[in-house]
Amino acid sequence: MYYIGIDIGSTASKVSVFNDQNLVLNFSMPTGWSSVEVSKIVYEKLEKMNIDKDNSRIIATGYGRVSVPYADKTITEITCHGKGAHYLLGEDCTVIDIGGQDTKIITVENDRVTNFTMNDKCAAGTGRFLELMANSLAIGIPELAELALKGKEISITSMCTVFAESEVISLIGKGTPREDIARGVINSITGRVYTLLYKHGIKGKIYLTGGLCEIKPFVELLSERLGKEVISSPLGRYAGSIGAALMGF
Amino acid sequence: MRPVTMEEIEGLRGLNSVKVKEAHEEGKKVVGMYCMFSPSEIAIAAGAIPVTLCGTAQAPIEDAEKELPRNLCPLIKSSYGFAITDKCPYFFFSDVLLAETTCDGKKKMYELMGKIKPMHIMNLPQTSEGEDSLESWHKEMVKFKAYLEETFGVEITEEKLRDAIKLMNRERDAMKRLHKLNAHKPAPLSGMDMMLAQWLKGFNVDKEYGISLIEKLIEELEERIEKGIFAFDESAPRILLTGCPIGSGSEKVLRALEEAGASVVALENCTGYKPLDVMVDEDPDKDPLLALAEKYLKTPCSCMTPNNGRFDLIKRLAEEYDVDGVVDLTWVACHTYAIESFSLKNFVQDELGLPFIQIETDYSDSDTGQVKTRVEAFLETIEKKSATV
Repeated sequence: MYYIGIDIGSTASKVSVFNDQNLVLNFSMPTGWSSVEVSKIVYEKLEKMNIDKDNSRIIATGYGRVSVPYADKTITEITCHGKGAHYLLGEDCTVIDIGGQDTKIITVENDRVTNFTMNDKCAAGTGRFLELMANSLAIGIPELAELALKGKEISITSMCTVFAESEVISLIGKGTPREDIARGVINSITGRVYTLLYKHGIKGKIYLTGGLCEIKPFVELLSERLGKEVISSPLGRYAGSIGAALMGF
Repeated sequence: MRPVTMEEIEGLRGLNSVKVKEAHEEGKKVVGMYCMFSPSEIAIAAGAIPVTLCGTAQAPIEDAEKELPRNLCPLIKSSYGFAITDKCPYFFFSDVLLAETTCDGKKKMYELMGKIKPMHIMNLPQTSEGEDSLESWHKEMVKFKAYLEETFGVEITEEKLRDAIKLMNRERDAMKRLHKLNAHKPAPLSGMDMMLAQWLKGFNVDKEYGISLIEKLIEELEERIEKGIFAFDESAPRILLTGCPIGSGSEKVLRALEEAGASVVALENCTGYKPLDVMVDEDPDKDPLLALAEKYLKTPCSCMTPNNGRFDLIKRLAEEYDVDGVVDLTWVACHTYAIESFSLKNFVQDELGLPFIQIETDYSDSDTGQVKTRVEAFLETIEKKSATV
């Protein structure tokens, strides 16, 4: 029996496959313009591995969870991220997930989500913000984080992503070094996470999930800002899909 | 299946807008109000019709933003937008408006609105505690009575005041008994229908007819309870909804909760139970205006400091309705409720031991997906809790 978790995020779609108790495969692809399309592609990929509706239990999560017509059940990404983080870390924790369109803080106690906080509806402090800022600097997010390590402390004060972008453009215009701007961009994200996390409260270790956990300099700067060690693991990006698959057990 | 009386209650919507026009044409006076602090009894005693004014729909907000700042709470913008666009029949037919100095946003908006129609403003104390507050609020009742007497050229006798108090207490009592039916497990009425029935009462031109419809609904629901017909089954998580007022057009969080399978059993907000909790004292030896001052000052609104009454009420309702979680709705830019939410979270989680979520949103549909995710995730945490029991 296969247990499949499909996490259709606003930016990336992640899939995890369990063969009985064993996690055998994780893959991801850009969500693109249509979550319906991407869910079809996922099913075709699964079929090639001889996995179909009859020999598996499929749980869909993420913002596009309703666009997976072949799913047995849909569960929100909050519950799934909590479950997945607990699986990856092996203990209760406070999860930080910086997603494409929202940032979440999730408390996991006894392998269950007991409480969570999400940022308000704008893009401030989300992955989308980082993506846009990196674009303005004509680099990718990993390079942005790398540069930020070398930069001086400056602050981007706009809470709004659109205004922050014009702030960045005016800093570029003034000839501010790219490292400093990068540092300012990262600071604005880590500062937002800081307030969300401390307003929410911390229980146990802090575990970062989502695509950003693969970027070491980012994890380093986030730990520094929070004044606490932030743990991440290579599979952190799949916490949502792993959690979804586990919810099918 | 929905109780049949709900259709008649929904019919009040069309009926009341016609009735208010007819009343106006017959030369009856109409007093438009916005808030649960407004003593409608004094308007009734003046032979006028007190009506709630519109302020729960997204449509007029764009027009309101031509004059008001965008980052203001949607309730204030909607109320003002309805007023300047003449889209609210109750506002249109109001002879005078009654307003109170509640939150900063409202009282500054009222300065602008007062230019459109005659408006009386009652100076609400910032605290409900202490003799000084009661004394000053009592004086405001005296002033409002004098204002209506002079404006409408009528005499408000003590007898008329006492009659009006009795009438409004009967309405409150009926509404309260209706709300309390949902303490039954499972709840006989959906939160959506409860909200509608409670919200529509404010527009009732004919109070007696309104009360008789609610009595009819209560009877129907009692029969349903006996037959075992409920709005939700036993497994639905029972939710207490608190925070900013909601009405038709601004019910999106309530709707999202019930569409996700929750049964919203207690509405603690001003459109729900909050104004029903305390009756006006009918003691014949008490000055009726003082009795009104006492009752309205006890409204546990976040514009009061401190606002301990709200916490007490939530605790009481959470126990009485045996709820599984508390949802605090705060409209964007409603500072008083938004700030209070932090204390409420600690109170609900630590003292009541219940799951809590604050949802901040506005009247628009722009964040429907995010609200849905929050609500579903919140209910998932509750389901898992009950599953372990």
